Amino acid sequence: MSAGANQPEFSPNTFTMDGIEIPFKDGQTLMDAALAAGVYIPHLCHHPGLTPHGSCKLCMVDIGSGRASSCTTPAVAGQQVSNNTPALNEARRTLTQMLFIEGNHLCPSCEKTGNCTLQAMAYHLGMLEGHFPQFFQRREVDASHSTVMLDRDRCILCELCVRASREVDGKNVFAVAGRGITARLIVNSPSGKLADSDLEIDDLAAHICPVGAILIKAHAYEIPIGWRTFDLRQIDEIGPEKVIQARVGHTDD
Amino acid sequence: MKQDTTVPSGNNHQPGLRRVAIDPLSRVEGHGKITLMLDAENHIHEARLHIVEFRGFEKFIQGRPYWEVPFFVQRLCGICPVSHQLAAAKAVDQLVGVEQLTPSAEKLRRLLHFGQVLQSHALHFFHLSSPDLLFGFGSNPAQRNIVGVLDKYPELGLKGVKLRKYGQQIIAAISGKRIHGTATVPGGMNKPLTVAERDTLLAGIDDILTWCQDAVGLNEQIHTAHPEHHGYAAIRSNFLSMIGSGGELELYHGGLRASLPSGAHVFDQFDYRGYQQIIREEVRPWSYMKFPYLVELGKQQGWYRVGPLARMNNCDMIVTPLAEASRRRFKEFGQGGFVHDTLAYHWARMIEALHCAESINQLLRDPEITGIKLRAEAGEMRSVGIGVIEAPRGTLFHHYQIDEQGLVEKANLIVSTTGNNQAMNESVRLVAHEYLDGHEITEGLLNHLEVAIRAYDPCLSCATHALGKMPLQVELVDPDGVLLDRLTKGGNGLIERIV
Repeated sequence: MSAGANQPEFSPNTFTMDGIEIPFKDGQTLMDAALAAGVYIPHLCHHPGLTPHGSCKLCMVDIGSGRASSCTTPAVAGQQVSNNTPALNEARRTLTQMLFIEGNHLCPSCEKTGNCTLQAMAYHLGMLEGHFPQFFQRREVDASHSTVMLDRDRCILCELCVRASREVDGKNVFAVAGRGITARLIVNSPSGKLADSDLEIDDLAAHICPVGAILIKAHAYEIPIGWRTFDLRQIDEIGPEKVIQARVGHTDD
Repeated sequence: MKQDTTVPSGNNHQPGLRRVAIDPLSRVEGHGKITLMLDAENHIHEARLHIVEFRGFEKFIQGRPYWEVPFFVQRLCGICPVSHQLAAAKAVDQLVGVEQLTPSAEKLRRLLHFGQVLQSHALHFFHLSSPDLLFGFGSNPAQRNIVGVLDKYPELGLKGVKLRKYGQQIIAAISGKRIHGTATVPGGMNKPLTVAERDTLLAGIDDILTWCQDAVGLNEQIHTAHPEHHGYAAIRSNFLSMIGSGGELELYHGGLRASLPSGAHVFDQFDYRGYQQIIREEVRPWSYMKFPYLVELGKQQGWYRVGPLARMNNCDMIVTPLAEASRRRFKEFGQGGFVHDTLAYHWARMIEALHCAESINQLLRDPEITGIKLRAEAGEMRSVGIGVIEAPRGTLFHHYQIDEQGLVEKANLIVSTTGNNQAMNESVRLVAHEYLDGHEITEGLLNHLEVAIRAYDPCLSCATHALGKMPLQVELVDPDGVLLDRLTKGGNGLIERIV
């Protein structure tokens, strides 16, 4: 279930991010080049090896006078890029707050707490409260599958599961339907239920969710407090791919 | 039908009565309000302890997966979340078909629970009740709080703080946090106690044992030396508690025993999974808190008391020697029969704290406490799980029904304070009858009412409040609803009359 990775030809080109010179290979995005160089750009919908999506907008960087998603913007030699600035982090914090109030994220009792990328992002960005009025949307739980559960309360529509299913698992289990505030994660099966889909427990799509909308059943709270992913590491020390490894490593059946 | 006519029956409201409302209560866990119904001669006719906060946990866990439940419902409370987590975990064990935990897992859960009860009991006596008992019920309110205790009795106050801290250290070692940690998993525990953690806890246990003995002695002395405490808010009641297989005091797992005021058993060693056969809950329109009663005795006579006093009266022995010796002195005080003094709750509570300390000492020295086999093999899934535990404040029931997908369909929680609902009303009525008559309302009188409530250590919302910060209000209303008098006590202790 490895995500795989393209191996573009090496190029000696470099760009500058926050004063640091970062090398990149031809065709590489700003995000991939930065991560390869050990420089963290906040992101939620990006995963190395999956087609860039550019939807969460947390990875926005300033390039000259413009602003672009670093996960979808190809690196260009000599670019001057700003990433870790107060203005960008303020915008990222606001976006994260909006994600929190759109869904129903009950961190204190959530089984993903401590292993949740959204929660870790909020800590990283210094988010102390939701700021905006909570939507309290009613969202459907799909527990029909024998081993995987879909709790839409926590979905942030990053489409990592959609892409993982299509590009790595060779399936087409998930999709996002609707637009704007009515956008929602759906299951491509005759009944619309996970039980009728061809999702299997070893699929990357079953493990890639950064927020616990897709969970392996009956393995909650097995990792003690103090040993959870973000008890041990800060989010800017690692990328979401490490979170996924922590999760996969704990599903032993 | 068994009956004991000495049990006062629940009163029904009669129209045309005057009201005295005390809103809110202070130094209890949560927010309550007392209304005293006066008759035309200004005598107390009825007391109502209103629980005005609505929580709704039973409703909003519907549709959630069963494995989430222990960590969702523990958020009911910031004082005894471990009890809620463990009661729910016991129910979840049944849902996954586990009848018997591994020895290490069961001992860890017991250790966790003893730590919980110890810290909660320490909090209640030293932080909430000792100001009343040490300074007197009607003493200066500016002094009658934990800060006053620390000022005048610094050694005693500090022991209380350290006792609570020790209980929380146990909770943190096992569940990762002092409050709202995660320890249980279906059929077991998620983390062993390390040898280093065990040794750290052992290093402090001798002081804990000594301080608990001191606390028992202090409470015994306070209660026996003050005859006026004996009849204070005292009511003859039935008692309900969990009991060990040998009739011993049991806080984690056992059968249910209910007794009449005389000591005769209504039932004994009853499997709590059938609790609906023996306990029902009555809803009254003026409170969100239900009124449970023993089916066999009916609504009027079937109400009961739970918690330390119930457990101390109901049990035949305590398996740890120091607490057992204390229990025997408690029984001698009751001349072999049940002790019905409401203020004896404090004494019983400290005997239990001593039992917790002794049990913690034993468990920490048990080699299996650091064992690493913590998960039992899951069996066949079931649709119903019922977990019962003796929480610090009394018998706690968690009942869940799940669908074939593992989502909660129904839930019923009878929290400990609910068990004392009618008893608290009866105690308040007694005290009000004695101390509050006519139109004159004073702060001392108000606190006499609160002392009666506080003895039960009620957790009215299962939430915490800043000590001494809660305002207190009393309203006197005539039968036509006209406000005659209103007394307000601010967070600074100042009393203001607003008419």
